[in-house]
Amino acid sequence: MESTINCRENGSLFDVSHMCGLSLKGKDCVSFLEKLVVADVAGLAPGTGSLTVFTNEKGGAIDDSVITKVTDDHIYLVVNAGCRDKDLAHIEEHMKAFKAKGGDVSWHIYDERSLLALQGPLAGSTLQYLTKEDLSKLYFGEFRIIDINGAKCFLTRTGYTGEDGFEISVPSENAVDLAKAILEKSEGKVRLTGLGARDSLRLEAGLCLYGNDMEQHITPVEAGLTWAIGKRRRAEGGFLGAEVILKQIADGPAIRRVGLFSSGPPARSHSEIQNENGENIGEVTSGGFSPCLKKNIGMGYVKSGLHKPGTKLKIVIRGKTYEGSVTKMPFVATKYYKPT
Amino acid sequence: MASRLWASKAASYLKISTFNRGFASVVKDLKYADSHEWAKIDGKTATIGITDHAQDHLGDVVYVELPEVGTAVTQGNGFGAVESVKATSDINSPVSGKVVQVNEELSSSPGLVNGSPYENGWIIKVEMSNTDEVKSLMDSDQYSKFCEEEDNH
Repeated sequence: MESTINCRENGSLFDVSHMCGLSLKGKDCVSFLEKLVVADVAGLAPGTGSLTVFTNEKGGAIDDSVITKVTDDHIYLVVNAGCRDKDLAHIEEHMKAFKAKGGDVSWHIYDERSLLALQGPLAGSTLQYLTKEDLSKLYFGEFRIIDINGAKCFLTRTGYTGEDGFEISVPSENAVDLAKAILEKSEGKVRLTGLGARDSLRLEAGLCLYGNDMEQHITPVEAGLTWAIGKRRRAEGGFLGAEVILKQIADGPAIRRVGLFSSGPPARSHSEIQNENGENIGEVTSGGFSPCLKKNIGMGYVKSGLHKPGTKLKIVIRGKTYEGSVTKMPFVATKYYKPT
Repeated sequence: MASRLWASKAASYLKISTFNRGFASVVKDLKYADSHEWAKIDGKTATIGITDHAQDHLGDVVYVELPEVGTAVTQGNGFGAVESVKATSDINSPVSGKVVQVNEELSSSPGLVNGSPYENGWIIKVEMSNTDEVKSLMDSDQYSKFCEEEDNH
């Protein structure tokens, strides 16, 4: 609980090296990636990125990922550890077919690098001690390849806590030194933080955890990520499952991801959600006690129509029903560093 | 009173490493179950709670699901749950019998389980149906050893 609060008050350093960073290179890497994700990759300015979703033929989510267009012929992306094998197999299969038709794309998987996430209000000032690059000019979603603490790092101003912060891909042989330097420069205020607190933080920020809040059978529209589907992509389609997804955008999805408040014990994933008459309307996908709000928060899927903030519902936990309601997310206001 | 072999909070304040959590406190005259509940035996009545070791592993407790007075409990079976920020854990009864009192304080102050696991953080009182069951529970020395071994795995 204290770790979560310290991240929001000072800062946290997470070792997220289990996640898988890779680069796609080649003059056709953008058009290749656009077949697999819903983002307008072509429309990204070099040095910027976005959250996106890899989709399957049915429009379901294979994974969510932060992608960055480094240059027009280089994309850097990070995929979930738990999805690594499946994602890489998926990309590889499509890459083979793409290359067979003469497309120019290749990849490199950064197994020689580690990934650190530095998050919280002290992230910027702390990291500034370790690089000459002016970080006040690097905004949320932007990316640079720069020298940090003497090592060549891929720096993205992004994160998974709702706070300002960075994800730093660093050569593994320099990772421990960098972590130590960050902790030292913060005078101990930034603390090494575990993945338990990271889960509380991302939930408070209303961010999905793939495998809980998003799965193979859930589309980005149902998951509330329609904003991540570029305008041009909505008009043109051209990604896997586009027919299903574009139809859902037009007609509205049957189920939607919502934020929840509830009484009683914290609702965990797979708790049943009922309407006021006790009829099943959905399921909780993530839930816990919010260290910042000091109450139970959760997210889950409910039938469309029952997704509006303020809708009363019931949550079944170990056979007992507890009162709850639909609420807006994020639960805790996000503090991304954006130009004012 | 708890005879604290090692106060983990003081240790963390002093930045002493507490990686071996087997040093959580135990109380001499209590009986312990291998699922980390304690029982204080007073005639036919057993007061039940979770141990310091258990609360330390769970972290900040945010909700305690209590049974109703009159509920039957059986040795080794669950009667409620403790929810922490990190996890949900069933609470098993170290003895069989009938719940005669529950600690209502925990509804508004679940953190008592962390702050005072052996005193104010007690969970239920049970009128035992078979006092012989107590013999199968561990004493404080056995339980300390049990925790140490479990943590070393």
